[in-house]
Parts: sequence; C-alpha cells; structure tokens
Amino acid sequence: MLRFSVLLLAGCLLASNSQANDTLQNRKSAAIMPDADNAGLKLPTGFSALKVAENVGRARHLVVNSQGDVYVKLSGKVGDKGILVLRDLNKDGRTEEVTGFGNYGGTGIAIHNGYLYASSDEEVFRYKLNVNGAVETPYQPEKIITGLINRRQHESKSITLDKNGNIYVNIGAYSNSCQVKDRQPGSLGMNPCPILDSAGGIWQFKSDVLNQTYGNGVRFATGLRNVVGLDWNNQTNSLYVTQHGRDQLNSLFPQFYDTTTNANLPAETMYEMKQGDNAGWPYVYYDPFQNKKMLAPEYGGDGKTEGSAVYKNPAMAFPAHMAPNALLFYTGSMFPEKYKNGAFIAFHGSWNRSPLPQEGYYVAFVPFENGKPTGKWEIFANGFAGVDVITSTRAAQHRPCGLAQGPDGSLYVSDDNKGTIYRILYNGK
Amino acid sequence: MRIVKQFAGLGSFCWGMFFLLCSNAGMAQTASLKSSIERGKTVYVQRCMVCHQQDGGGVPHLNPPLDGASAVKGKDKSKLISILLKGMSDRVEIDGEYYSNNMASHADLSDQQIADVLNYIRNNWSNKVPTPVTPAEVKSVRAKTK
Repeated sequence: MLRFSVLLLAGCLLASNSQANDTLQNRKSAAIMPDADNAGLKLPTGFSALKVAENVGRARHLVVNSQGDVYVKLSGKVGDKGILVLRDLNKDGRTEEVTGFGNYGGTGIAIHNGYLYASSDEEVFRYKLNVNGAVETPYQPEKIITGLINRRQHESKSITLDKNGNIYVNIGAYSNSCQVKDRQPGSLGMNPCPILDSAGGIWQFKSDVLNQTYGNGVRFATGLRNVVGLDWNNQTNSLYVTQHGRDQLNSLFPQFYDTTTNANLPAETMYEMKQGDNAGWPYVYYDPFQNKKMLAPEYGGDGKTEGSAVYKNPAMAFPAHMAPNALLFYTGSMFPEKYKNGAFIAFHGSWNRSPLPQEGYYVAFVPFENGKPTGKWEIFANGFAGVDVITSTRAAQHRPCGLAQGPDGSLYVSDDNKGTIYRILYNGK
Repeated sequence: MRIVKQFAGLGSFCWGMFFLLCSNAGMAQTASLKSSIERGKTVYVQRCMVCHQQDGGGVPHLNPPLDGASAVKGKDKSKLISILLKGMSDRVEIDGEYYSNNMASHADLSDQQIADVLNYIRNNWSNKVPTPVTPAEVKSVRAKTK
C-alpha cells in the first residue's frame, strides 16, 4: 500500500510538469500538448507524443474507456493491484490519479459490451462497467475462464472478443519447439506434439458464461507457438494474431544453421485465423526469404527441406525474433486515412539474435486495403529503447508491449520494462 | 662469525627460493585460470550467449543474468556445476526475480569444458572470483548427479 501511495505521488509529480494549452487548434485533443521531445519517440511527420505516466510497473496490455481512463494490466502486481486505472483529471493528457484493483498479475485486458475483461496467466475475469465506463465493483469480478495451462514459458493469456459473444484466449506452448527435451541441442520433436492438446493455439469461450475451462471451450486455431498480440478485425469479421517464432535454430542444430541464419530465421508472422486453421508449429517455421514453410529441424528438416503445405500461410511476415506483443486494428478518425483499418503491432524487441545486434523495440504499421494487408509494413514509432544499437536486451530502456486506441483516436503504447505509458497524437493538416 | 654469516646467506637464499617457488605456483595457477577462462569463452559463445547475452545480462523475465548473479559469484561451486549438468526448468526465484525459459542440460560437455565455461562466467563482466572451478570438481558433482 505504501508503494502504491508512492506511485500515486509519482503520478502527481508527473502531472505538475505538464503544460496545458487551451489555444491549441486541434479540436480532437484541444488541451493536450505533446511533450517537447515527443516522449523520446521518432514518429512520422504530423504525429507527436506524450508520456501519460511513468514508472507504473510492468505494464503489459492496456485499454482506454469511453471517458479516456486508461486500464493497465500489470504482469507483476504493485502492492495488491494487478490492474491500474490512470485518470486524467485536468484533461491535459497526463495522469493525476492512479488507483487499482485485481489481485493478480497477467497480460490480457479488453473492454467489450459494457464489461472490462482481464486475464491472469491461468484465468479470465470480467467486471461490469457503469454508464461512465468505470468498474463499479472491482473486488467482485465474475470468473469467466479458469484452469488454463501455465508452465512458466509463454504463460501470457492475451484476449480479444468478437461481435457474437465469444472471447478468444491465447494459450502459448510451454516449449520452444516441442523437443523431447526443451531447448536441448539435438533433441528431436515429439510426434505428434502432445502440447497442442491444451496449448499452442487460440481457444474460444463464451464471453458471458462463468467458470468455463477446456471442456467448455473450443480449440479455435492451433499450431501457434505463442501469440501475445491478437485482435478481432471488425472489418473482415475475423481473428488476426501475431506469433512469436521459434528460437535457437543454430544452437540446437548447428549442423544446419549458423549465427546469421539464426538471427534472420524464422519470420515473426501475422495470421488471419479462421476456425480450424493450423499455423504448423512445431512442425514448420516460416522462412521470409524463400517465402516458404520449412520443415523444422526437430522433425527432420535441414534448413532446405520444405514443410507440409497443409499449414496456413501468414498474412504478413516480419524480421525474426522481434516479439510482436500487441496487435491493434485502428478504427479511429484522428490519424490520416491511410491508417484506417490498418494494423499497428508493438514489437517488444529481440534477444535471440546474439551475437548480431538485437532488433525491434518499436511500433510498426501494416496498411490494409479491402481487408487485406498490402504487403508492405513500416516502422511507425521508434526510439523506445533509447539507444541506437542494442547488443544485449537489457540495454533497451523501454519495450513496447501493449496498444490501445483512445476515444479521440489517439494511440496508447505501454512499456513493460520501466512502466511508461505513451500516447501518440496526430496534429498534422 | 663467518659461519653465521654463511648461514645467514644460506637462509636468505632459502627464503628467496621459497618466495620464487610460491610466486611461480601462484603464477602457474593464474596462468591456468587465465587459459581456462579463454577456453571457456568459446564454450560460452556456442552454448550460453544466445540466452544469457554477450554482456551476461540475460533477458528480463526470460533468462536470468549471470553478470552480478549471486549463484555465479557464490562459494557453492557444486550448485553451479549441477545447474549446467541438469539444466533448470523449475520456477525458482533468482536474486528476487522469476524467469520463464527452460535451460537445457549441458551434461554432454566434458568436465574440462564445464570448468572452463564456469571460470569464464565467474571472471567476466563485473564478476571476479579468483577461486577456480576444476575438472575434478565437475567430475565429482557429475558422479553424484548420475
């Protein structure tokens, strides 16, 4: 509780540094001035940024309600709070009041049809919102889903909801590549991979039924090693996910891969997953240079042999190991038309590229046209790491982890390293 | 007097030899640790660096740091040897943090290679532990591990 008070004080101090400017012409965020240095970010022309709050804890995913209150899911609790509520009392864009609830760490958080949904690494809860979009009974959540597998590795349970009363939960595989001995050089893959029965995919549950577990849910999509970013695309009315590709090709199978091929393989991937789809983990990985699904070395692959064609092709491939931790389809009207219905992806940043420099640590944008990605992604917001070249992951000061869209169409980004909440605005003509 | 002088001279000579031998032994040990550390770097690059990183910093919440880690710098060499032989897949707190990824067993490395890589991580970055890990110690822990 003491720590929490300190946090509240920090929020107040932060707020005292802010400047209100009522003469700002932008109607969409009238009184909000960006930070002079754009919160340290490099953004496209016309965009600006501010720090909504700092040092809030390990901020994983976040969501903004109709009033502009920011709900942040923490992976480690601050005091007894696993969900923080950041409120901007004087409408300058910065946080003046920090409260919280939810006595569990986790990653997933979403607002849908009058409820706030949040996940621990084993369960999903929901809280009724009042007409002001606030949680009225923070200490009496409804437990929607329980008993999901958490074996330390890939334990985050990310969530999204569709328009038909369903909630989708990622259950990450508790393994790198389903080897008999996880991450053991030369250990072969279990065949079939037994992990896929209860993990390594997306499970669908009802969003309003209590105490559901595996037996009540549907394995909606499988063959996904670990999905931290996922979002329901309301334009295509379908689920999109971003997968963290497998690690350590060269250290596990040095006869087929060297450090450079490991640094560049496999691609991080975005998929549109329909019910019953299989992305092929652990049997294949995606090579973005050959544009092929390659047979994993644990299952007889040698870096040259193609894998089975039955598995789903990605909608988009990104450089290896960058860890896409959040996916958000932009539906706001603040940003230019190009961004409408396109996908923002928060890349947490790599570690598996050693000894080559690490990559990622930015927010990317994937333009969509007619419900399909155009094929060319771009870096949207960079500079989170605070250093140009990262040889060791710990050198990155901030790591993008969550994305949310504010009611005015601004984009929020959370950092789970130092707990900074960013807000990106568009002020261009 | 002459005898005493001669005796004293002999004494000085003996002490001199003694110090020479001692410093030679010390230098021999330092040289041996130094070459072990050098060999250990090769093992580190092949086996450890991808997870624990070039600077021994690890990856926050996934792979624990070795630089500054109490278990790496500590006196309990057996525990450290045992982690390399058996790997690590339990949820344990390490210097106040929890880490998600599993570490594989590296029991296929020789006693000498394990001693070398441990000497490397105990004497690199901010770590400075002059007490070497020896192949004999690895052999002894390995015998108990089986």
